[in-house]
Parts: sequence; structure tokens; C-alpha cells
Amino acid sequence: MIDVAIKLGLAMVVFFGVLNLAGLHTWIERKQSAIIQDRIGANRASIFGFKLLGLFHPLADAVKMFTKEDIIPARGDKVLHTLAPAFSVFFALAAFAAIPFGDRLMLGGRVIELQVAKLDVALLYIFAMLSLGVYGVILAGFASRNNYALLGGLRATAQMISYEIALGIAIIGLILVYQTLDLQDLVRAQGKLLGGWIPLWGIVVQPVAFFVFVTAALAETKRIPFDLPEGESEIIGYFVEYSGMKFGMFFLTDFLETIMVACLAATLFFGGWQVPYLMPDGFHFPWGGSFAVSHWTYVLMGVASFSLKVLFFCWLFMQLRWTLPRFRYDQLMKLGWLGLFPVAVANVVVTASVLYWLGGRN
Amino acid sequence: MAVKVVRRRELTFWEKLYIPQILSGLKITSKHFFRNLLLHIAHRLGLLKHLRASVTYQYPEEPRPLMSRFRSRHRLTVRDEGTPRCVGCMLCETVCPAKCITILAGEHPDPNVEKYPVRFDIDLGVCVYCGYCVEVCPEDAIRMDSGILDVAAYSREEMKLDIHELMNPALRKPVGECNLPFPHQCRLTGGQIKGSWEEVASGRR
Repeated sequence: MIDVAIKLGLAMVVFFGVLNLAGLHTWIERKQSAIIQDRIGANRASIFGFKLLGLFHPLADAVKMFTKEDIIPARGDKVLHTLAPAFSVFFALAAFAAIPFGDRLMLGGRVIELQVAKLDVALLYIFAMLSLGVYGVILAGFASRNNYALLGGLRATAQMISYEIALGIAIIGLILVYQTLDLQDLVRAQGKLLGGWIPLWGIVVQPVAFFVFVTAALAETKRIPFDLPEGESEIIGYFVEYSGMKFGMFFLTDFLETIMVACLAATLFFGGWQVPYLMPDGFHFPWGGSFAVSHWTYVLMGVASFSLKVLFFCWLFMQLRWTLPRFRYDQLMKLGWLGLFPVAVANVVVTASVLYWLGGRN
Repeated sequence: MAVKVVRRRELTFWEKLYIPQILSGLKITSKHFFRNLLLHIAHRLGLLKHLRASVTYQYPEEPRPLMSRFRSRHRLTVRDEGTPRCVGCMLCETVCPAKCITILAGEHPDPNVEKYPVRFDIDLGVCVYCGYCVEVCPEDAIRMDSGILDVAAYSREEMKLDIHELMNPALRKPVGECNLPFPHQCRLTGGQIKGSWEEVASGRR
């Protein structure tokens, strides 16, 4: 019973945190783009005269989304049209269950893994969920009975397939190095030190895989520079026939996927909840000297470290989104199949050979 | 017509790698981001106010700075005793290409001044803001330096300014009370002549 309560609590924490961050992303997007472009950005919504840097705008947006008329095309498929945004959000949210956001917490003789679902195949599970996310998009395009929506859906599908392969192969190099699919174990393995100085994070052992992963993962989120499925300026994309909160759900999915990618980048390549030189009993600096910390401090520092890394990647992806123009469709396919795919394969081959010659011949 | 063929430059290997180019792009956006972010924070703390963090003017609260030669709404300049400098010479009414100025001249008690405007109306709905009236005026009696840009009204009648508003740019429609001491055609009392030169001479308002 208590186990169930603990799991529910963890799920609540993750659900609450992720959804709020996704909601905040609308604000971050507006403000960050404004600051990059020497503007001020949203700052008008106020409650009792308090503007709070425009932080009430997401709230106002939500109220607007919920109160707008929900239009289903007369010739569209009503059931699928309604189901598509739900699919989209569900799979994006479900993937977060396997993300470890902290080390194990000892509480009253219990060991609580700070991860909603302790899965041996967490990585496979996350990629499965991300792949299933395309169903929401293609269903939306299909059920709308709109040529532009269908075109957007098809583009999304083609893009997802092209980039998921590169994404998966980029990860294989990492799995070869750490020899686990369990994300919690993978993060723990990144706590070791290379030569006593450099933390053995994914970026250190697999720098090429990191760039391939980030590029392919950004393509998965369907945002600029890979926003061909949406293409606001030409086809409007798969959600052209959506209004109100159903459109809002697609919008939210984009942000959820961005956060998911940020979580994955932090977990796989930047040591997840690891703090450099922090062991469960305290800091052990390579230049000598150590500093003991209590168990709670250790766990909370891990959670804070993970959150900071995720926020950094959210910032970076937003910065990239406001830096780069959109790819042309043929460039997109070329980059996926002729750029990322061979590089990822070569990375796997080189990694495997190096590991073999380093003596891991078992 | 001659056709000029412009060949696109082939990308170099370095550029085809994308990543260095993306990094240089990120450098530019990040420079703007961090500079403006720091300035925004400094402004909150009351520092570095002379450096702008954004090009935006929050217009109704923060008016845009105007050039000194900018032509805004007209005003009539005023003598020390509170009468208009205008001598009713009709030059501005004559030069006006839009014919938006209407002057009715009256006799001034000072024989050196000769005339003054009993009535001075400008129809801003017709005015083209060319500034000829200002240029032509021999008495520096009309200027376009009130700094008022938001000339807007719900009817054409409201766009017509009379001598009250022209002599006092702070006055906005509807004009509440007439405080002009010299004789003028007052719209507030249905076009009758109000005020007298005795009032001006005695200094009574």
C-alpha cells in the first residue's frame, strides 16, 4: 500500500513538474525570443496590477484555450480527430516515467528510487513512447480530411522515421560503453572518474554521438529548424483543423517533447543527477580533501543538478530555435540520411572496435 | 534586358559541417540574450539606465523622443499679457495648401499692432502637416512644437481646433471653460464675441 502511495507521489511530482515547465515554456519562448531580438516581450497581463514579468500570460493563454470554440471539421473523423491530441500528449507524458531524476533515497528503512518506473529497458521504453507520439500527428492529419493537414502528417511521419534511426544508432555507442539499458544504472556508471579527474559523462566518451543525438532529437520535437510538419508559413501542418484546447495539446506536446529531449540529453550525456566529485557520502576532490554531506543533502543536490541540466538544455534548444532558419525539405532528408545516419554508424563501429581492443573481449 | 547569372557560392567543407556555423549563430544570439538580460536586471535595480535593453518604447506610458524639427500639432504663441501674437495678416491662411485655416481679424487697440484674430480655427481633419503656416508667419505666432501626436476624435467636428485649444496645447476636448480675456469668437457660447480689451488692460482674468 505504501509502495503504491510512494509511486503515486513520485508520479505526481514528475507530472506536476513537467506540465508546469511545459506551460512555462510558452512564457520562456516569448520572453527569450524577445530578449534575443532586443524586444521586451509579453508584459501586459496583470492580476490586481501585478505584472510579474508577464508570467500571467501562460495563465491567460490557458483560459483562452479552454474557452475557445472547439471545431471539428464536418467531413472529418470525429472520434480520431478528438483522439489524436490526446494520443500526442499521452505518449509525450508517459515517456517521463522512465527518467531518473535523483539517486535512491533512504527513508525509514525503505529504498526509494527517484524514478517513477524502475525499468530494465528504460531507454527502449522512452524511445518506444517517442515513436508512438507520431501516431497523434498522423491521426490528426488523417482525421482532419484536409489536404494540408495530411501533408503535414506525412511530412511528420517521414521526418520521424528518418531521424529516429539516427537517434537510435547514436545511442547504441553509449550503450556499448556503459553496457546497460537501465537509465538509473547508466547514470550511476557516469559517476566514475576518468583518470581520477574527469567525470566519465556521456559527452566525454561519446562526443560525436552527442551531436548526432541532439540534432536528431531536435528533429523529433518538430520545432524550428525542423518544423516542416508544422510549417506555419506554408501548410500550417497537421493541426490546421484544430482549435481551442485540442490545438493547445499539440502545442503542449511540442514543449513536452523539448523537455523530454532535454531530460534525455542531460541523462545520457551529462551525467543525469550526478554532481562532479560527489559520492553518496560527500565530496571527494581529486586534488585531495573531502567534504562530507548528509544523505538528504546528497539526494537533493542530485535532484537540483538534474533540474539545472534540464533547464540548461531547455534554454539551449530555445536559443537554437531562435537562431536557425528552417531547413528545406530535401536538405532535411539529406541531413538525416546522408549526414547523421552514416556518422552514427561510423561512431558505433569505432566505439565497438575501441572497446574490443581495450580488452573488453568478453 | 541583359540577364545576369548569379552563381551561388558552393559551401566549403567547414560550412557543410553545419556545427561551426551553428555555433557562430549561437554566439550572436547569445550575445544579445545575455547583454539584454543583464541590462534588464540592472534596470530593475536602477542601474545603467542610460543603456537601453530593448528598442521597444512602451508607447502610451513612455512617449517616443521627438526630433526638435518634428512637426506635431499646432499652437499659437502668446504675448506676456495673455493675448495671441498673431496679427491677423492672413499669410498662413493664404499659403495653406489644404485650406484648413480660418482667420477672422479684428481691430487691436494698439495702433502699432493694428489687428488680432477674433477667430482662429484649424481643421486637423484636413491639415496635411506641411508646416508652411509656420514658415510663412512673420510674427512667430504659430508653431508646430506642441509634441502632441495622438490627434484622434470620434467625429469631424472634434477635429476642428479653435483659438482656445491652439493657445493652450494642454487643453483637450471638450474644452470646459473659456478663460481668454481678449474679445474673441467663443465657440463655447455659440459663436458670440466674449472678453474685452478693457479686461486685458486691467489685468483681470
